[in-house]
Amino acid sequence: MKIIVCMKQVPVQDSLLKITDDSRWVQEAELNYEINESDHYALETALLLKEEHGGEVVILTMGPRRVKEAIKQGLAKGADRALHINNESFTTLDIFINAKLLAAAIQQEEADLVLTGLQTDDYGFGQTGVILAEKLGLPHASIVMEILKQDGSIKVKREMESGWFQSVELPLPALLTIQSGISQIRYATIKGIMMAKKKEIKELSLSDLGLAEGDVDDSTSSLKFHKLYVPEKTKQAELLEGDPKDVAAQLVHKLKNEAKVF
Amino acid sequence: MGYTEFSEEQLMLRDMVREFATKEIEPLAAEIDESCEYPMENIKKMAELGLLGIPFPEKYGGAGMDTVSLALALEEIAKACGSTCLSIAAHISLCATPIYLFGTDEQKQKYLTPLAQGVSLGSFCLTEPGSGSDSGAMTTTATRDGDDYLLNGSKMYVTNAGVADTFVVFAKTSLDLGVKGISAFIVEKTTEGLVVGKKEDKLGVRASDTHPVNFDNCRVPKENLLGEESKGFAQAMVTLDGGRVGIGAMSIGLAQAAMEKAASYAQEREAFGRPIAGFQAIKWMIADMATEIHAGRLAVHHAARLRDSGAPYMKEAAMAKLYASEAAMRATKNAIQVFGGYGFTRDYPVERYWRDAKLTVIGEGTSEIQRLVISREILKELA
Ligand SMILES: Cc1cc2nc3c(=O)[nH]c(=O)nc-3n(C[C@H](O)[C@H](O)[C@H](O)COP(=O)(O)OP(=O)(O)OC[C@H]3O[C@@H](n4cnc5c(N)ncnc54)[C@H](O)[C@@H]3O)c2cc1C
Repeated sequence: MKIIVCMKQVPVQDSLLKITDDSRWVQEAELNYEINESDHYALETALLLKEEHGGEVVILTMGPRRVKEAIKQGLAKGADRALHINNESFTTLDIFINAKLLAAAIQQEEADLVLTGLQTDDYGFGQTGVILAEKLGLPHASIVMEILKQDGSIKVKREMESGWFQSVELPLPALLTIQSGISQIRYATIKGIMMAKKKEIKELSLSDLGLAEGDVDDSTSSLKFHKLYVPEKTKQAELLEGDPKDVAAQLVHKLKNEAKVF
Repeated sequence: MGYTEFSEEQLMLRDMVREFATKEIEPLAAEIDESCEYPMENIKKMAELGLLGIPFPEKYGGAGMDTVSLALALEEIAKACGSTCLSIAAHISLCATPIYLFGTDEQKQKYLTPLAQGVSLGSFCLTEPGSGSDSGAMTTTATRDGDDYLLNGSKMYVTNAGVADTFVVFAKTSLDLGVKGISAFIVEKTTEGLVVGKKEDKLGVRASDTHPVNFDNCRVPKENLLGEESKGFAQAMVTLDGGRVGIGAMSIGLAQAAMEKAASYAQEREAFGRPIAGFQAIKWMIADMATEIHAGRLAVHHAARLRDSGAPYMKEAAMAKLYASEAAMRATKNAIQVFGGYGFTRDYPVERYWRDAKLTVIGEGTSEIQRLVISREILKELA
């Protein structure tokens, strides 16, 4: 089974984010990056499937040069090779364009399964996987927690709201977006780290993907960032006084109707 | 990525160990410090990752990395738990390393390979009840008996003794030759006459496994002599040179942990209407910690690089160990000061860092012995 895992590098959780002068994005120069959380689980899922059924795990990443670090980590954990769409020369925030680029790279491989994380820790759209499936013309399932491979198809368990699950069967090839926390993520072994150096990382430029710069620049983006800002802090404290029983009832009322926390 | 003096593999190793240590080792550190329980499960996990054989060739089950890599890994482990770090450092630097440096190919196949893979654990028996700094004054004997040696005597403070399968043991094969009469042996745990005594109850590194080991007519085949007879003392000294780089790295890990905790506490804790990090007295403590950690780390890495290049490094290893361990004592002590009363309790880890750091100025040669080694080398150079 040939599995492609889409992975993204995002700013380290709890990073101190500073907004750029034009209020469009955060200042990236001082940030440290890590692999997006649910992408870790997508990779782990792929590695487990490979261990059980054999085949190949290929990492697909898009981003500037720094994403090599994430690729190397994935290779050290056991992925076989990687594809890197180097977007140093263009920027895009549009998931449609991102999915188009990823799809072009995937079409060059004949994968049985494409895995993505459920959503990214930066934008949190949760759309890349499903749009990518549409672009590739593949059946997809989102928020996947378990995968059972059958002959020519897979059976997956999807997480729904309120503790409900759904079981879906899909023909292969297919695309799945993987939920976080569904397995124990492995650490890279030293052997894996030493071997990562010898594994192939194929650089893909726009022309390699059959696209031109005009196809992906911000002018073609259907999504525009107008302003990025930190919510303003306001201090509002209210002291409830009186009989503890009454106060408790008042508090519940306020939490329910004013703060709307439950 | 900016300037770095490390290879890509070294950085990946450091990041992997940091992640493992943060997620798996640190959450247990306070608990095993209290209970003195050896962290066997984590040691096994680290073995699977290849961490117990970092500096040995792949041919002998190792990872094929170097001393710098080992130092990076030990620092990260110590940052999470001193006990776990010492256990690994002793296994690699004191037991597996002399077998790698002085053993025959057969001995390496038989003993180094499982040690490097972490399927067996190792100990080093040099110190005795009556001799530590002056290890040449040991009284344990090894007398030839046919094709075997019979070992008799007592060793003290043997790290990993209760869990080890393989012991590197120093004993006198000639009583009248002083340090020239010392030889080293590889002794298996199951050898009759090797008796591991009661576990020590210690101030720090409490979850490391320290015991006396007694040898009572312990019969060791002559194939298990390490290198040649009478070379034992020199072998022990070379082994300790390498070990000191590891203890230096451990010291830096403890100091770094103390500084990080102190720096974040100082920004949260308020006194006289502002965070205590606003007081110069606190700032200067943090500045000194950071500077000494930086200098100590550079000294440790420099000694490691010399070792990796094959250059002499005895003096540099002693300097690195001396400076880093004493810096760790100051940093951990001052971290308690920054925490005030809270630092004095077991609710915060800083007092544990300090207790663990105290081992680093004693084990593998006290600070006084490092100064002796350094001054001896300097006086020789400047004679
Ligand atoms: C937790 C722990 C783990 C250990 N693990 C091991 C192990 O795995 N294997 C092993 O063989 N040993 C081990 N040791 C022993 C350790 O190496 C010795 O404790 C250390 O070398 C000091 O020896 P000593 O305790 O006999 O002290 P002593 O040698 O009796 O020293 C007492 C004091 O006298 C000072 N002193 C001695 N000689 C001089 C001198 N010439 N000039 C100035 N001052 C001097 C010392 O610096 C010290 O302050 C361990 C010790 C500890 C605490």
